[in-house]
Amino acid sequence: MKQKLYATLDQAVADIPDGAQIMFGGFGGAGFPNNLIQALARKGTRNITAISNNCGTREGELGLMFKNNQIKHVIASFPGPHANYFQERFAAKEVTLELVPQGILCERMRAAGAGLQGFYTTVGVGTEVAEGKEERFLEGQRCILEMPIHADYALIKAHKADELGNLTYRLAARNFNPIMAMAAKTTIAEVEEIVPVGTINPEHVMTPAIFVHRLVQAKGLRYAG
Amino acid sequence: MPGDGIQERVTPAKPRLTREQIAQRTALELPDGGYVNLGWGIPNLIADYLPKEITVYFHSENGILGMGRRARPGEEDFDQVDAMKIPVTLIPGASFFHQADAHLMSRGGHLDVAVLGGFQVSEKGDLSNWKIPGAKGSGGIGGAMDIAAGAKTLIVCMEHTTKDGAPKIVKQCTYPLTALTCVDTIVTDLAVIDVKPEGLILREVARGWTAEEVQELTGAPLIAGQRIPEMSFA
Repeated sequence: MKQKLYATLDQAVADIPDGAQIMFGGFGGAGFPNNLIQALARKGTRNITAISNNCGTREGELGLMFKNNQIKHVIASFPGPHANYFQERFAAKEVTLELVPQGILCERMRAAGAGLQGFYTTVGVGTEVAEGKEERFLEGQRCILEMPIHADYALIKAHKADELGNLTYRLAARNFNPIMAMAAKTTIAEVEEIVPVGTINPEHVMTPAIFVHRLVQAKGLRYAG
Repeated sequence: MPGDGIQERVTPAKPRLTREQIAQRTALELPDGGYVNLGWGIPNLIADYLPKEITVYFHSENGILGMGRRARPGEEDFDQVDAMKIPVTLIPGASFFHQADAHLMSRGGHLDVAVLGGFQVSEKGDLSNWKIPGAKGSGGIGGAMDIAAGAKTLIVCMEHTTKDGAPKIVKQCTYPLTALTCVDTIVTDLAVIDVKPEGLILREVARGWTAEEVQELTGAPLIAGQRIPEMSFA
């Protein structure tokens, strides 16, 4: 049987190549895979396309990767008030940004995970977001076509995993993590606790193991502010 | 010259509602048992003014339904935060879900009311609330476009004019748009205005203000009846 458990954070990200397209979970300081992000910073993967709700909290979360100039393009909904390293790189044109409405960011990733080739939505019609997108009139409303967002890797944070990769999340730290887990070719989860197979009640599994490819145990890190 | 009339009729000292009073007035628009999303800015103050006899299930875009008050020092759990990263409590019957379901609730018309802040609202109910032209940096959309496009009822809370005195209720938005024809009601420091197919209906005015004075500070025509009631807070 395929072993998903990795002994160290560095081993879990060791094969992520330059130019990879990577999703990063987390919202509002909760549910960020900060240990995996630090491992990716140590590895020094560059020219990353990052997909994330925001662009870091000072040196925390994705901030570290912008500080190190590892990201060349980011797809995000809300870079955020403390994303100073991102803003510096963005002002210097060292990183490009695609701004996406937050729910549409979710659905574009979900479309990728669900094997759907895009969808129409009223969100963004008549705004900057609609520029260059196909528009149609459906069910009496103006709509634009949104395409899936795929990824090579998703780095996510869960609370508990069994050794198969069934995951549970804590409180509102769930946020983007289950969606990204479904959308990437390889999903790497850092979790607080790994338990034997069969000890998570099947009714309580939030992300089924089929979506999770690598697991590593690490005590969660949080950045204030 | 445009603006001359404003200086003649409206003395600078004439009091307007505070941000807290705008929030307090808006709280009265929320239905008992309703599912409600509150945006950044003035809307974030509304929960403090909810009438005691009603229960509202506050929704957060990061996957909470049934948020209670903010957590007090010592009871914060940083895995349980609102959209502004502030630790919150829950009320009985609360639930967690992922971000896609959270936005599905707004886009799919499941939320009863959403309340957002605004930079400009047009007479057709177009909303601009995510970017100020010429502002430094990347800007950010967040959940505003999903919520504005999908809410069954959208209320915008904002000051009636900019700091420079320019109307924020306009014929056509000049700031980057959030969504077209999405706003149902505008609550400002001067008035409550409903956006209807026939135009902007002036429903209430702040104490001490007349319909004519509010019209002077509004960039689109207001439809006003004979007697406009004063904005009420209870």
